[in-house]
This record gives sequence, structure tokens and C-alpha cells, in this order.
Amino acid sequence: MNGTIPAPTIEYAQLAPMLVVFGAAIVGVLVEAFAPRYLRSAIHVPITLLSLAGAFALTIWQVVKGVPTEPAAMGAVAVDGPSLFIWGTILVLAFVSVLLINDEDHFVAAAAAVPGSAEEEQALHEGAGHTEVYPLALFAVGGMLLFPAANDLLVMFVALEVMSLPLYLLCGLARRRRLLSQEAAVKYFLLGAFSSAFFLYGTALLYGYAGSIDLAKISSALAVVGGQETLLFIGVAMLGVGLLFKIGAAPFQAWKPDVYQGAPTPITALMASGTLVAAFGALLRVFWVALGGLDWDWSPILWAVAILTMVVGAVLAITQTDIKRMLAYSSIAHGGFLLVGVVATGAAAGQNSKALSAILFYLVAYGFTTVGAFAVVTMVRDAGGEAWHLSRWAGLGKRSPLLAGIFAFFLLAFAGIPLTSGFFGKYAVFQAAVSGGALPLVIVGVVASAVAAFFYVRVIVLMFFSDPSADGPSVVLPSRGTAAVVGVAVLATVFLGVYPQPVLHLAQNAAQSLFIR
Amino acid sequence: MPWLSILMGVSVLGALGVTLVRNDKLAKQFTLGVSLIVLALAVAMAVQFSPNGDKFQFVEKYDWIPDFGVHYAVGVDGIALVLILLSVVLVPIVVLASWHDAEAGKRSVRTYFSLMLVLEAMMIGVFASTDVFLFYVFFEAMLIPMYFMIGSYGGAQRSYAAVKFLLYSLFGGLLMLVAVIALYSIAGKNTFMFPDLVGTIQDVNTQKWLFLGFFIAFAIKAPLWPFHTWLPDAAAQAPAGAAVLLVGVLDKVGTYGMLRFCLELFPDASKYFTPLVITLSVIGIVYGAIVAIGQTDMKRLIAYTSVSHFGFIALGVFAMTTNAGAGATLYMVNHGFSTGALFLIAGFLIQRRGSQFIADYGGVQKVAPVLAGTFLVAGLSSLSLPGLSTFVSEFMVLVGTYEKYLVPAVIATTGVILAAIYILWMYQRTMNGPTAESVKHLPDLNAREKWVVAPLVALLLVFGFYPKPLLDVIHPAVKNTLSSVPATDPAPAVQVAKEAQ
Repeated sequence: MNGTIPAPTIEYAQLAPMLVVFGAAIVGVLVEAFAPRYLRSAIHVPITLLSLAGAFALTIWQVVKGVPTEPAAMGAVAVDGPSLFIWGTILVLAFVSVLLINDEDHFVAAAAAVPGSAEEEQALHEGAGHTEVYPLALFAVGGMLLFPAANDLLVMFVALEVMSLPLYLLCGLARRRRLLSQEAAVKYFLLGAFSSAFFLYGTALLYGYAGSIDLAKISSALAVVGGQETLLFIGVAMLGVGLLFKIGAAPFQAWKPDVYQGAPTPITALMASGTLVAAFGALLRVFWVALGGLDWDWSPILWAVAILTMVVGAVLAITQTDIKRMLAYSSIAHGGFLLVGVVATGAAAGQNSKALSAILFYLVAYGFTTVGAFAVVTMVRDAGGEAWHLSRWAGLGKRSPLLAGIFAFFLLAFAGIPLTSGFFGKYAVFQAAVSGGALPLVIVGVVASAVAAFFYVRVIVLMFFSDPSADGPSVVLPSRGTAAVVGVAVLATVFLGVYPQPVLHLAQNAAQSLFIR
Repeated sequence: MPWLSILMGVSVLGALGVTLVRNDKLAKQFTLGVSLIVLALAVAMAVQFSPNGDKFQFVEKYDWIPDFGVHYAVGVDGIALVLILLSVVLVPIVVLASWHDAEAGKRSVRTYFSLMLVLEAMMIGVFASTDVFLFYVFFEAMLIPMYFMIGSYGGAQRSYAAVKFLLYSLFGGLLMLVAVIALYSIAGKNTFMFPDLVGTIQDVNTQKWLFLGFFIAFAIKAPLWPFHTWLPDAAAQAPAGAAVLLVGVLDKVGTYGMLRFCLELFPDASKYFTPLVITLSVIGIVYGAIVAIGQTDMKRLIAYTSVSHFGFIALGVFAMTTNAGAGATLYMVNHGFSTGALFLIAGFLIQRRGSQFIADYGGVQKVAPVLAGTFLVAGLSSLSLPGLSTFVSEFMVLVGTYEKYLVPAVIATTGVILAAIYILWMYQRTMNGPTAESVKHLPDLNAREKWVVAPLVALLLVFGFYPKPLLDVIHPAVKNTLSSVPATDPAPAVQVAKEAQ
């Protein structure tokens, strides 16, 4: 600095997608304040969907215009190739998740009323509802956009909180099994708060080490600063805990099954797709941009975490009897497969971009399939709400073959059977890992896939090969929104499984430039 | 003409079409029609094949996923051609045989036949792939229709059998996936085209690891002892038609893969592991036969005979002589017909009486002579009676092995004797003797069932006396395959063997 304080420059155009989403969220809050109750939903839905679509259009425009090569907003936000790809993915996934949220009866009538109390009865009777789920979801999506694009640790922390806080709230709003939902919200909040504290503490220690919270400056400090390794290592470890928690990597996975189970299913869909994508984006950015020079030190740890995550996810899923918990463990296992890709970095930029594009493709493939799977879960109902117990799914294939067929297809995609998107995702990640010299990790991954296949197949067995019970669950006629979500998910899973080239190419282009340093 | 794509396309379109037909009877006729059209097209393609022409013919090649070096590339040599013919011949027969199979459990008839046509397309694809990745895709994807056919339409233990089948195969397939990825990375050619990959892996140690990745997958598929335990369950629980396609065609992908991919891609490793594979094969031949003798369930018995037969095929592949290789390939075809006939006729019998147990039968020959007679022919073919087609192939395998490996050939020969025991003893217990009370009123084969059995028996007889058309196609292809290993036939023994043939 040469004495004068430069005025901050903000590249509004680059940040436009985020600004649109945050702006719409604030408008949504105002709608809550001023619009009459009966109008709110009718106003929220178009605002939410339009803002997401608009943000997506702005993201595309950004790509067409040329991907920026310098960080924006005084180095606080990096809108680079991977960021834009991740933004596009999150926005599309959020769009379809909102279509699911739009199905009214997933959310509680009055969250503050004690479950089973007279107040709740009354609220139900009046047809009250929490329309603030829309602005909350938009805030969460905004946080998801900022999280992977944040170029310094403080902005990243802010994004983490903006993303997480609305989600904590949304988790507690399930209409049925309310105690479970509230428990999930409390658990998620407490554990999430802990992990945020870890993240923040790690940031402080890294600042102590490098004298900066800027990712690039931390990276350059690695080469210069000597003799303070303790600060560095503890800082990196704490930062890692915070990030791995959001991914749900073992041993920080314990919240995932509880939260996925308790949250309203559309919110679970949003978390399982959007949050996972955002968290992986942030993890990649921190470990590559800031700590790339340190990979000798963190990569053995990540090896261990990846192995543990795959094994824990795949093995514990076998014993689950709740469909949403099973999908949660499945998501943990998939997080492990994605970590294999994170480990697959190498000294050469070519290897890095290969691993990065593999992860990006995997995220798209997995995101769509997951949203679709949760959408199907919302449609299989008992008298008391979703038929969550796996045994209730027995014989679904006879009752409604189309829906069961679609769900089986999603499960096969999770299992990575060829001609589904999951296969190419897995293939891309494993291939990147093999050429990055992580063959043993791939072998563990393959064994975990085989184990995982067992519990996916078990559900198919239940649906198709078991006889339906007399009082089995009914399949509700999907609303147009839900039907559209399932349709989009099926199309994406088929398309990416049969002709993945366009999306692979897009991911490769996005990864070419790597993260801006 | 893009023959191979047309074959697959017609099958897939047929599969879609079946699901649209609203009437079950019409759906069956439609399926039969589609499978006959595919058969006709395949025959039309086969007559244009020139055995001494290019290695791969009817070649098509398009980029599929350029970023991965993956192509949609198909083409056939003699080996692939006869196996495709085997598949397309068996499908219409199986369709006709399965006419009422899907109705028993009140499950969707249309789905069953649709799955069958999907499977047909994949069977053609897996043999026709000349891109290793494409082969892998078909290799794995074809498990799914078979999984549903066993699991939804099979016997009492069907879901256990289906899951066991799927998980075994999937596990093998995933090991192969690692090897496929490693092959691509190490070869460094940015392509999965099989012809381009031949000879790229020079290091013997690397070859050994990759070989194991491929081989275990194929050994599970084939199945070779000791990877065979899923087969008796799957074959016994599957509906007869699905069992025919499973044992007759799907399992051949394993032995085909050994011949095509293991030998050509990893020649040094193949030679290194030859003693091991030959030992496993010989154990499988004897073990499968002995266990078959002890079975009380007809379908399990037939499944174990197949374990024994797959031992012969693997033995022939790894003996690496032209005779043994050609014999093994011919064996794959003949075994499809003979075991197919056994399974289908046993299936007809089981359908009539409602029991798979040998002990529940006796003296069927007196009440259903045609059924018993054709069962005997199929059985004799399974035990390689001269004059029936399997004899030719079994003899070629044994002679070809004898040229190089004396002791294994001698031990394997005992398999022929054991085969006589398990087949004839089963025949004796079910068909001869006093007619059991419960089978007194069994009807004989009806017209539809005769139409199922007749072509199979005819093929067994025709190729038993005149295998030349098949061998003319197979021989050059096997020679070509072995030349890239390279394996040379031991000089003097070959002369003798050729005359004996």
C-alpha cells in the first residue's frame, strides 16, 4: 500500500447471480411482512423460481461473456470456471427443490405450537402455513453460491453461516413426525455451530501463521514462512473439520442421518444436493488454492478420511430401516467417492483439472439423482405421512410399477450401473484417481461400491420381488411440481448415463482454468 | 449396412414396442415376431461374413465420449459371429418356451418379454463390442434385465438367488472396472479401441495384475470353480427360459472374454497363469460332474453339469492350441444348444408336475414318450455322445489340450465318464421304471413345445455330423487370436489331431 486508501471496487456484473438471489430473498421477507396471508404463497413461488432462473441466466451470460480471470470484490470472491459451473449446478438443483417445497403439506402449520397441542390443532384448522420457507430457502441458496466462490476465509465463514442458519430452521418445520424434526433441527444446529466454531478458530490460527486470510496469500506464505508449523497444522486441521463436517465425511457424519430423516423431505433434497455441491466446491478451493503447496501433509489424512467415509457410509447403510436414513448413509458413501477425487490431485495442472472436472461431473450426476429419489420418497404415503419404514415399500412394484421402476432406476444410478449417470460419475472420479496414483483408494472405493450395491438392491428386492401387504402405502398423484422434478431427474440420469459428453465437456472447460489463485 | 446396430436397434425397439401393446397374447406374438426378424437379419448378415477376410467385419465406429476415449465401436470376427448367432437362435426358442412362464405369478407378462428383448440387444452388443469400455458397459448392464427376470418371475427362493447373482457379478465387474481404468491409464493411448490396445502393455508384472482384474470377473461370470456357487442357485430359481439365456449365453461372455481380452491384451500374463487356470478348469470339470451326480433337484443338476462343461471350455481357451481354442469356441455354441434343450425340457416337465425334485418322478417315458425321447437326446448331447454336436467340440478340446498338457487332458477325460453317470442316472430315475402315481396323467409335449424342442434337436444332430460351417468360421478367428499371444501349436501332434478330427 502506498499511503492512500483505494476505494473498493465491486464487480457487480460478476456477482449478479448472487445478488439476484439475495435480493429476491429480501423481497420475500418484505412480502412476509406486508402481504396478506392468503396471497403470500402466490407471490413467493414466482419470485423464488424467477430469481433462481434469472440467476441461472446470469451465470450462463457470465460464461458466454468469458470467464473472469481475476477475483472480484477486492479479492473476496472468485468467480472462476469452477465457481460458475458449481453455481449453475446449484441453481438448477435449487430450482427443482423449490418445486418440491411448493407442495404445501410438507411443512408444519405453526412451528411454535407444541406438537399435539390445541394450538397446533387450531393452526391446522385455520390452514396456516409457514410461507417464509421460500425466503429462507433463497437465503440458503445464496449462501451456497457464495460458499464455494469465497476467496478469503472470512467471506467463506460468512457464507457458511448464511447457508446453514436458514437450513437449521427449515429442518425443524416438518409437518409430520414433528418431534423428530425438531430434534433434527437442534442436533444440526448444535453440531453445525460447533463445526463453524472450528472453522473460525482454524481461520484465526491460519491468520496467525500467514498474516492474511486471503487464500492466495496463505498459499504464498507457505513457501516463505518457516518455523511456525504448529499454528499452520492446527489451523488446517480445524479448517478441515469445519469443511468435512458440511460434507458429512466420517468421522463427522453423525448428523447426516438424523437431519436427513427429520427434515421435511424437500429440504432434505435441497441439502443433499445443493449443500453437498457447495461444500465440495469450498473444500476444493481451500485445499487447492490455499493449501495446495501443503498436499504432502494433508493428503494422507484425506486418504484416511475418504476410506473411512466410504466404508462407514456403505456399511452402516445396510442396517437402516428408514428410507431417508438409508439415503443419508448413501449420501455419506458418495461423499467418500467424491473425496477420492479430491485426493486425486497431482503436481501437474493437467491432473488437477482432470480430477476437478471429474468431481464437477459427479456432483451434477449425483445431485439430480438425489433430488429425484427424495421426490419419489415424498410421493409414497401412509395415513400418517410419508411411508418411511422400508418394510412399507414392499410390493410397491406391483402397486405402482412406474414409480417403483423410476425409484429402482435412481437406485441403480446410485449403485453406479452402466447406462446411468452414476456410472460415469464414478468412472470419471476413479479414473482421475488412478492416473493420480491413488490406486489403493480406488480399490477400496470399488469394494465399497459393491457393498453399497447390496443395500440399493435390497430396496429393489423389496419393491419388486416381495408381495405387497394388504394395508400398504398409497402413492399419491404427484402435483405438477413434483412430477416435473421426477421427470427432470429421470431425464438427467438417463441423458448423463447414455450421452455424458456435453456435460463432461462443460465440466472440463470449467476445470481447465482451475481455481483462480 | 450397419448390420450389428440394426440387430440391436430392432431388439431395443421391439422391447419398447412390447411395453406399448395392451394385450398379453399380442405382446407374446409381437416378441416372437421381433426375435424372428432379428434372427433373419442375423442370418442375412452371417452369410456375408468372409471367414478369411479382415479380422473384424461389419465394423462401425463412432465417437461416444471423446473425453474418455470411448467409442461406439462394433464388429465381429468368427468367434463373436457364432456366439451372436447362438444368442439370436436361442431367443425365439426361449420366447416360445416361456409362453406361459410369466403368468404363473400373476406378474406383468409384457415386462418379462420386454426384458428378454432388451437382454437380446445387450447380448449382441457384448459380443460385438470392439471397444473395451463399450464391452464393459454391456457386460455390466446386461445383469439388470436378467436380475429382474430371475427375481420377479423365478421360483420360491427367487429373490435370494437374484441378489446373489447380481452381487457376485457386480463384484467381479467392479474389479474389472479397476483393471479397465488402469489399462487405459497405463496404455496411455487415450483410446479404448481393442485393436489399438493389443500389445500396449509390455511390462509382465503390470500384465499380471490387469489380467487378474479381468480374469476374476470372467471366472465369476463363466463360472469357473471356485467362483461357481451362484450359478446353481440362479439357474435353479430362474424360470426355465431365463435359465437358458443365463447359462447358454450370459455365462459364455465369461469364456468369450477370456479368449478375446485376457489372451490378446495380456499374453505374457496369460501364459504365466496358464497352469493355475488349467488346474482350476480340471478341478471344475471333475468337481462339477461329481456334485451333479449327487443333486436331487433337476435344475440344479443341469446347472452343475454346466460348471463341468465350463471347465472344458476354459481348458480349451487356455491350452492355447488352435484345436483346443476352436474346440472351446464350438463348445460354447454347442453347450448353448444342448443345455438349452435340457433346461427347457426339464422346465416343461417341472411345469406339468410342479416339482423340481427327481424323486417325484418315475416312468415318465411311458406317459410322455416325446418328452422323454427329446430329453434323452439332449442329455446324450450333454454327455458328448458321438454323432451329437458336443462330441466334436469336447473331442477337439481334449485333443488340443493333450498336445500340450498330458496329465490335465487325461484327468479331464474322466469328466466324460462322469457325465454319462449324471445324465443317464437322472434319466433312469425320472423317465424309466414304474410310472409314479403323480405323473400318470402327465400330458406329452404339445405342438408349441414340440416347436421349441425340434430346432434344438435338429441343430444338435446337424452340427454333430457336419460341424464344418461353424468350424470354417471359427478356425481362422482362433488362429488370428492365438497369433497375437503368440502361441504356436506343437508340430507333430497337430498333424495327428487334424486327421483324427
